[in-house]
Amino acid sequence: MLAFQEKAVFFSPCQLVITADSSTITAMPAIVVENLGRTYQVYRKREGLLASLRGLFHREYREVQAVKNVSFTIEEGEMLAFLGPNGAGKTTTLKLLSGLIVPTSGTATVLGHVPWKRENAYRRRFSLVTGHKEQLWWDLPAQESFRLHKEIYRISTEDYNSRLTELTELLGVTELMSQPVRELSLGERMRMELIAALLHRPDVLFLDEPTIGLDVISQRKVQQFLLKYQKDQGITVILTSHYMKDVEALCDRAIVINKGAVIHDGALAEIVDRFSQHKIIELHFASDSTPNGIDRYGVVLEDRPPMLRLQVEKQKVSAVLSQVLAEYSIEDVSVSERPLEDVIAELFTAEEY
Amino acid sequence: MTASTSYTFKENAIATVRVKWLILKTAMEERLVYRGDFAFATLVRFLPIITQIFLWNAIFAGHNDGELNGYTYANMVAYYLLVMVARAFSSMPGLANGIALSVRDGSVRKYLIQPVDMLDYLFWHRIAHKLVYYAVAIGPFLLVFWLCRDYLPDWPEPKVTVAWICSLLMAFLAGFLIESLIGLISFWFLEVSSLIFIYMMMNYFLSGHMIPLEWISEWIPWVNYLPFKYLAYFPAAILLGRIPPDTLVIELTIQAGWIVILLVANRVAFHYGVRRYGAFGG
Repeated sequence: MLAFQEKAVFFSPCQLVITADSSTITAMPAIVVENLGRTYQVYRKREGLLASLRGLFHREYREVQAVKNVSFTIEEGEMLAFLGPNGAGKTTTLKLLSGLIVPTSGTATVLGHVPWKRENAYRRRFSLVTGHKEQLWWDLPAQESFRLHKEIYRISTEDYNSRLTELTELLGVTELMSQPVRELSLGERMRMELIAALLHRPDVLFLDEPTIGLDVISQRKVQQFLLKYQKDQGITVILTSHYMKDVEALCDRAIVINKGAVIHDGALAEIVDRFSQHKIIELHFASDSTPNGIDRYGVVLEDRPPMLRLQVEKQKVSAVLSQVLAEYSIEDVSVSERPLEDVIAELFTAEEY
Repeated sequence: MTASTSYTFKENAIATVRVKWLILKTAMEERLVYRGDFAFATLVRFLPIITQIFLWNAIFAGHNDGELNGYTYANMVAYYLLVMVARAFSSMPGLANGIALSVRDGSVRKYLIQPVDMLDYLFWHRIAHKLVYYAVAIGPFLLVFWLCRDYLPDWPEPKVTVAWICSLLMAFLAGFLIESLIGLISFWFLEVSSLIFIYMMMNYFLSGHMIPLEWISEWIPWVNYLPFKYLAYFPAAILLGRIPPDTLVIELTIQAGWIVILLVANRVAFHYGVRRYGAFGG
C-alpha cells in the first residue's frame, strides 16, 4: 500500500495521476484530442488575366476545413499511424499537436501541455520530423547542428555523447558525421534528421512522411530503427505515411482520416476487415491450364497457369469455394485478405464509408 | 519517460548564454564555408565608395567657393566614409527576405518547434555574420581611410568617441529590428519584397546615405523625427562634431527609445503573426 499526502498530486512529466483517497496510480493518456478543428481561408482565384486584375480590388475567399471535430486519445508508449489521402488533414493535425498552428475549435493536450502555447517545457519533450528535413545546417557537417541541439535542449555532455554514439551506430551514419549535410544523400540526410530529433530523448515523436522519397533500403533502415528505438525507449509516436509497408511494419493501431474527419480508429488489422468488401482466393489447378469461364465467380486478378487469383465478394467466398471445388480439379486453395494498400486506396476513393 | 527538469536561475542563465554562443559559433563557421564568394563580395562592396568619392570630387569641382550647403569636399569625403562605417553596422542584407522566405517555404517551423526564441536566434546569427564581415572588411576599410586621411577630422575627445561607439551599436540594433519587423510582416502578406524595396529607398534617402541629412531636412523637416537617421547620419555626424555636445545624450536617448519601440513592435508582430501562421509548405 502506497502512502500518499492528502492532496491530489499531478505529475505532468510522467502523466501520473495519484489520488489521495486511494492507492490507485493511473497513467493518463499521452495525447488527448477533443473535437479539434482548423479552418483555413483560401483565396479563390478565377482563371485568366482579367480575373487576376479583378482580384486586385475584390478578393473571394472560401473556407477550407482542414480538420473537423477530430477526437482521439493515445496512450504512453503507443505507436500509431495516421492514414489518409493527400489533403485529408493528417499533417494539419500534426501541426496542431506540435504547436505550429492554432486550432479554430476544440482542445488538445500532449503530455499535459496545450501545444500551441509553445511552452519551452513542452518543446523540450517532443520532436517533429517531416520529409522536408530542415533541422540541419545545410553547409555544415551534421555534428555541428547536433552540438547546437545539445545546448538548445540542454543535454548533458555525458548523455549527448552516449546518445550520439548509440544513434549514429543504429542508423549507420558514424562515418558521415563530418561531411557537410548538402553532400549527403536523401536517405543519409533523413537519418541525420532523425538523430537531431531524438538527441534530447523526446517523450513524443511526430513523424510526417519520414520515408518520403527514400529508396527501399533506406526506407527499411529507417523502419527497423524506429521499431527498435520505440520499443527500447517506450516513446509515443504518431506516424503519417503513404507507404503502407511503413505502417504495417511499425504500427498496431491506425486512425484513418479523410476530408478532415476521423473515419476509423482502431487496430490496423481491423481496417481490412471493416472496409474491404472482398477477399482473394488463390487456386492451383491440377491441369497445366486454367479453365475458361471462371470469371463468373469474381474478378480475375492474376492468371498464371496453373495458378489463378480471384477477387470475390466477402459474403460469397464460401459459396464460391464450394462451387469451384466441386466443378474443377484443384490441388491447392487458399483464401486471403486484400493488401492493406488496396483497401485503403478503395476506401479513399469511395464516396461513403 | 523522462521528467521535465526545472532549472534554477543560474542554470538558466548559463544555458542561455551557451545557446547564444553556439549559435554565434555555428553561424560563423557556416559563413566561412564559402570564403571565396564572401571575400569577393566584401571587396566588391568597396567599389561604390571609390566611385562615390570621385562623384563628389566632380560635383565640388563645379563649385568655385569649394563649399556646398556647409560641406567642403573634405567634409563630404569624411562624411561619406563615416556613413559607410555606420552602414556596416546598420545594414542587414537578406534579413527581411530570409524571414519572409522561411515563412513562405515553411522552414520557420524550426524556430517554433524548438525551445528557442526566433528573434534571439536570428540576432546572434546576424552578429556572427557581422563579425565575419568586419574581420574581412577591416583591411579594405583601413586602406580607404588611410588613403583619405587628409580629409578626415582630428580624433574627437573621449566622450564623443564613446557616444559614437554607442550610436554604432544602437545603429546595429535599430537596423536589425527594422528589417526583422519587415520580415515578420510576411506572416500577414507572404510577399514582402516590394516592402523591402520601399524600405531600401527610404533608407537611402532618409538615413543620410545619399546626401547629408541637413540638406534633406531643409525641405523635409520631419526627417529628424524618423528612426532612419540613426542608421547612418547620426553616428557619422557625431564624429564630425555636427551634433552639439549638449544634445548628444538626448539624441542617444531618442535612439535608444526607437530601439525599445521597435523591439516591442517586433514582439507584438511575432506574437500575432505566429497565431496567423498557416504553416505552409507541407
